[in-house]
Amino acid sequence: MARNKKPKLAVWKFASCDGCQLSLLDCEDELLTLAGAVDIAYFLEATRATVKGPYDLSLVEGSITTPHDAERIQQIRRTSKLLVTIGACATAGGIQSLRNFKDVREFTAIVYAQPKYIETLNKSTPISDHVLVDFELQGCPVNKYQLMEVVNAILHERKPNTPRHSVCTECKRRGIVCVMVAEGTPCLGPITQMGCGVGGEYSGAICPAYDRGCYGCFGPKETPNTRSLSRWWTEHGMSEQELVRKFRGFNAFAEAFRKESEAHEK
Amino acid sequence: MKSRTIKIDWLARVEGEGALNVKIKDGKIADLKFKIFEPPRFFEAFMRGRKYSEAPDITARICGICPIAYQMSACHAMEDALGVKVDGQLRALRRLIYCGEWIESHALHVFLLHAPDFLGYEDAIQIARDHPDIVRRALQLKKAGNSLVTLLGGREIHPINVRVGGFYSVPTKRELASLTEKLKAARDIAVEAVRWTATLPFPDFERDYEFVALRHPDEYPFNEGRLVSNRGLDIAAHEYDKYFTEEHVAHSTALHSHIEGRGAYFVGPLARVNLNFDKLSPLARETAVSVKFKPPCRNPFKSIIARCVELVHSCDEALRIIAEYEMPDQPAVQFQMQAATGYGCTEAPRGILYHRYRIDDQGLILDAKIVPPTSQNQGSIEADLREFISANLNLPADKLQWQCEQTIRNYDPCISCSTHYLKLHLERM
Repeated sequence: MARNKKPKLAVWKFASCDGCQLSLLDCEDELLTLAGAVDIAYFLEATRATVKGPYDLSLVEGSITTPHDAERIQQIRRTSKLLVTIGACATAGGIQSLRNFKDVREFTAIVYAQPKYIETLNKSTPISDHVLVDFELQGCPVNKYQLMEVVNAILHERKPNTPRHSVCTECKRRGIVCVMVAEGTPCLGPITQMGCGVGGEYSGAICPAYDRGCYGCFGPKETPNTRSLSRWWTEHGMSEQELVRKFRGFNAFAEAFRKESEAHEK
Repeated sequence: MKSRTIKIDWLARVEGEGALNVKIKDGKIADLKFKIFEPPRFFEAFMRGRKYSEAPDITARICGICPIAYQMSACHAMEDALGVKVDGQLRALRRLIYCGEWIESHALHVFLLHAPDFLGYEDAIQIARDHPDIVRRALQLKKAGNSLVTLLGGREIHPINVRVGGFYSVPTKRELASLTEKLKAARDIAVEAVRWTATLPFPDFERDYEFVALRHPDEYPFNEGRLVSNRGLDIAAHEYDKYFTEEHVAHSTALHSHIEGRGAYFVGPLARVNLNFDKLSPLARETAVSVKFKPPCRNPFKSIIARCVELVHSCDEALRIIAEYEMPDQPAVQFQMQAATGYGCTEAPRGILYHRYRIDDQGLILDAKIVPPTSQNQGSIEADLREFISANLNLPADKLQWQCEQTIRNYDPCISCSTHYLKLHLERM
């Protein structure tokens, strides 16, 4: 990256809820510092001023769901030195990938009176299915401190410090009583990547700290043993139908979760 | 006669993707399309077969800016189906978390998204170069809202603590009390914001709208109330489908809403303040009156003042709830499953948000309908644009385009929500 010039940052949106890019604006204490360190060259949620590429860093939110977007991501890749996907939509297809398990034409007819006006692909797919991605940040939504860490690391040409261990490890560190062991509450913590509770005032895994089971919004951890978790839940009386729903959430199309849900869908 | 086109391909400072195409021929608008091209995500379709208890968390993902609104409307609809009544401190906590969302969402829109239009800046970061204190205090206000949502909900975006029947866990009195000082400081900033926004330059523009909002006999509406308008509408949430219809047009992936037989209507902060002025907190009402902001206000550009008045109210209401809080014994109300249809309508920061679910006796969703505020405002936005452009055709192209964008941003349109929405093309042929 040129040292005499501020690096150019771009933020792009595909099918999504806007929450991950909102995380940047939610960095109330760091926003003005960030704006001082980089040239915000393209960030439509925040500014009407746009600067032409190429961009040093592109943050991409959302999944690919239309023929037009499948072309747009190619252009973005061509104008970006580094491309980082942020959030469950961009890294795994998002909640809208639930269509991937059904017939999208039927879905269109349920929601829209004039399906012929709607242009959509059969599947909602992650950005990495379309272009080379330099780094993926998981989470629905991403954690803003992890997002700052990724931007900071990339600007300083080092690897981001975003561990891939499980939510369970975070509960143990914070001294949160295991909701599954103590209360029999189903929890996706053993197979879900940590990160939801990084930084801030209430550091640690969030859901178990609020007395509910993790619902997997940060996606699969590295080497998740999904089969073992399913077996435990089955022994505790969970139906196959319920198992499918548990794995089929905000990261339904992430490979490890997808395979496990399909194994219980008969 | 000359013809021209106004084209805005990607509208900025809104949440989601939209555009505006306007064709002007012989000094008249030949065609105007406020386009929403945010890709469809099919929530109402994939909700089928999911469990009633999943609706609050799944529908929250429609919008990262107002997830609490989705969680609240979903909970109220499910509770309506199951015959559950959430009362007392649990009900108060729901209003409290909603206050947090209104504060962060309104502060974001007033200062970061809308104010730059009035001051002639491209964005808030440019404002910060000349007026750093305005932006710093705005961020402090926004942060107070986010702290409230984070404490009660676990995190600011897609909070995890809201459930059908109440919450997963409830805060102690001491935990809530830790927010008091932040909220008092936020309230001071909000009062200043009302006074400051009232001095902004407003275009001389008024239309005769039908304003629609919830109204509750005892309070400013967040979660409950009857749907009322300044033209005599007065119905319960479960009657929504009888009075409001949605239409699918070719240029938008968001469905357009109408009041049956009457047409476009206006929801959001300006509608709420106009219809519920008497229910604002005394400080919010007095501050509004002190800057001569009184109902009925029919200038949509003054929505920015209405949002600031609601910021004062939200801080006041949050402080009141925290002062009167006693920790409830149970975090949620118990209930029995039954097959039924439920209706919920609550006030999202951008206006009324309607949910309807039909569930079976196992609690599985058979059918879902969700009508977000922005799709309800689309008709009024297009009508405003027609009238505004017709009256301002003498403006140079770049100025007219910018003011068209401002006209749209009056509504704080949330395009991610309404797609089931902005780009501006002004074409002068």
